[in-house]
Amino acid sequence: MMRIAIFSRLAMLATSVLSASAFAGDAISQTAKQPINLTAIGMFMLFVLLTLGITYWAASRTKTTADFYTAGGGITGFQNGLAIAGDYMSAATLLGLTAMMYTRGVDAYIYMIAFFVGWPVILFLMAERLRNLGKFTFADITSYRLNQGKVRTMAAVSSLMVVCFYLVAQMVGAGQLIKLLFGLDYGIALVVVGALMMVYVTFGGMVATTWVQIIKACLLLTGGTIVVLLALSQFGFSFETLTTRAMSLHKLGDKLLAPGSLLSDPVTAISLGLGLMFGTAGLPHILMRFFTVTDAKEARKSVLYASGIVAYFFNVVALMGLAAVIIVGQNPEFFEGGDIAGSIIGGGNMVAMHLAKAVGGDMLLGFLSAVAFATILAVVSGLALAGASAIAHDIYSRVIMKGTASEEAELRMSKFATIGLGIVAVLLGLAFEKMNVAFMVALAFGVAASANFPVLILSMYWKGLTTRGAIAGGYAGLFSAVTLVVLSKSVWVTVFGYDEPIFPYTQPALFSMPLAFLVTFVVSSMDSSEAAAAERAAFEDQYVRAQTGVGAAAASAH
Amino acid sequence: MSSAVYARIRSNPKFDELVRRRGRFAWFLSAIVFIVFFGFVLGVAFAPDLLAQRPFTGSNITIGICAGLFQFIVFWLLTLAYVRRANGEFDALNKEIVDAAAKEVQ
Repeated sequence: MMRIAIFSRLAMLATSVLSASAFAGDAISQTAKQPINLTAIGMFMLFVLLTLGITYWAASRTKTTADFYTAGGGITGFQNGLAIAGDYMSAATLLGLTAMMYTRGVDAYIYMIAFFVGWPVILFLMAERLRNLGKFTFADITSYRLNQGKVRTMAAVSSLMVVCFYLVAQMVGAGQLIKLLFGLDYGIALVVVGALMMVYVTFGGMVATTWVQIIKACLLLTGGTIVVLLALSQFGFSFETLTTRAMSLHKLGDKLLAPGSLLSDPVTAISLGLGLMFGTAGLPHILMRFFTVTDAKEARKSVLYASGIVAYFFNVVALMGLAAVIIVGQNPEFFEGGDIAGSIIGGGNMVAMHLAKAVGGDMLLGFLSAVAFATILAVVSGLALAGASAIAHDIYSRVIMKGTASEEAELRMSKFATIGLGIVAVLLGLAFEKMNVAFMVALAFGVAASANFPVLILSMYWKGLTTRGAIAGGYAGLFSAVTLVVLSKSVWVTVFGYDEPIFPYTQPALFSMPLAFLVTFVVSSMDSSEAAAAERAAFEDQYVRAQTGVGAAAASAH
Repeated sequence: MSSAVYARIRSNPKFDELVRRRGRFAWFLSAIVFIVFFGFVLGVAFAPDLLAQRPFTGSNITIGICAGLFQFIVFWLLTLAYVRRANGEFDALNKEIVDAAAKEVQ
């Protein structure tokens, strides 16, 4: 009987709740244009001026490719920790997760834990090896002892796919947000984001991008903390008063603080956990940050700071969502037609913004709006830099020119690549304006977890990995992840308009990631070529370097 | 870096000790994270009623919230524990090994 019960629960996957809501935190839906908000625009202009000033300063320090890709390896662990947290906390974290807490209660909190739990694992199993083996891109590590041309090409292709999927989600989100927060047109927002990102990255490289991330992370932490303190002061800083009132008002009642339907089925829940955990460990713009610090010591410290900041911020967001149940949910001012049973003005993602307005007036609303836009800008810059390094360092310098390109040529190519990516991002943003792009984030995490992560981790841990195995497994992960997402509800039903999805889940990682591991393992094991033997023999030296850092890329002198 | 240096480090028994001790610690901590997190996820899926219980009389806090906050705090403390030990004890041992290999070259 027990088994039948388990199977019936598994079967419920077909109607998985996950499909609709799992990535709600990362997608920003269609919005209506609001009146022009001058406070928000003014504060955002201040942020732009400050970051452009930093870019001007950073440009004088960006002379070599090492400066451009990794800030010369001179970033400290604390700075990098803030920057990683900045990369990881997108506008959707602030807006989407607050909204999720507001509507679903503790389910959102569980979801945040899944978003957090990848960090300790990255530290324990990857951080020091990444720093000791990598130079500019994670393809430096996967191709360390394998065939440069083939393995790098694959890593660059899957990196670019992740970057593009993520860029589309961010650009569409930016356009929708700006309509809401600033009262400007969608197209204008895209051009502003694209242009600023190009300026930061082409002139300031990793130095400017890092500082944009750091400033944005500090602003986001400040904004969130102010809002939550002001909100909690209305309840005498008592969690009991807050939750008692929230439960009495919320339609979930007592269930607000109990697990609900979000992760009610185990396979979906595990799939989500795996996808977020290992997807994070395969995102090129996150991996790249490990090469910006001086040594493995600082790399470890960056994760310590980053995970502490992310954990703190998630708890702030959770409290904001709970407080919003009372402060926003009971205030007719924030509802269409003043009806608190109706829908929220501007849609669910506006809960955090309405809360800011309710507790801190127009100034705080303007501040938080500017922070949200700055956040998108920073995340987009990090993505563009990761994409540019895949094009210029991996494809141009190592694969096409086979390492003979001069430093100036590679640097020039990376700047062209950044401009190209900026234009592509704006065009894609315009093309996808009317579409629900939630699936783009599922794609990005799916490809990262299924194509990047398996090859990367095996290249560091498994002596038996060969070029043929890496290529077969990496492409198997890539194609299966993309195919499964296309056949899932978010594309097959939502975009193509079919009645039923062919693949019943949205997160492909549970299926495509093991497939990638299996194919890599089988093909590598069967590979008896001479090249394979040499590749296995080369593992010893790589292993010593990974463990001790002897021969690792050093920080350049400044 | 020449292969000879790597081979010399590899043959140092202290290298094996470093790899064994650091690896064991890293996998031990990872196992805690995996077991606690996926145990929690299975708890959410199979025993939501248990997680909805309120262990403290007069308080709204549920076991689910406690378990969540516990993970945020404890997992972060685990990262702290790893960073302290890796940056202190293990890096000191690492430096010993690298210095020994460098001395032999001269």
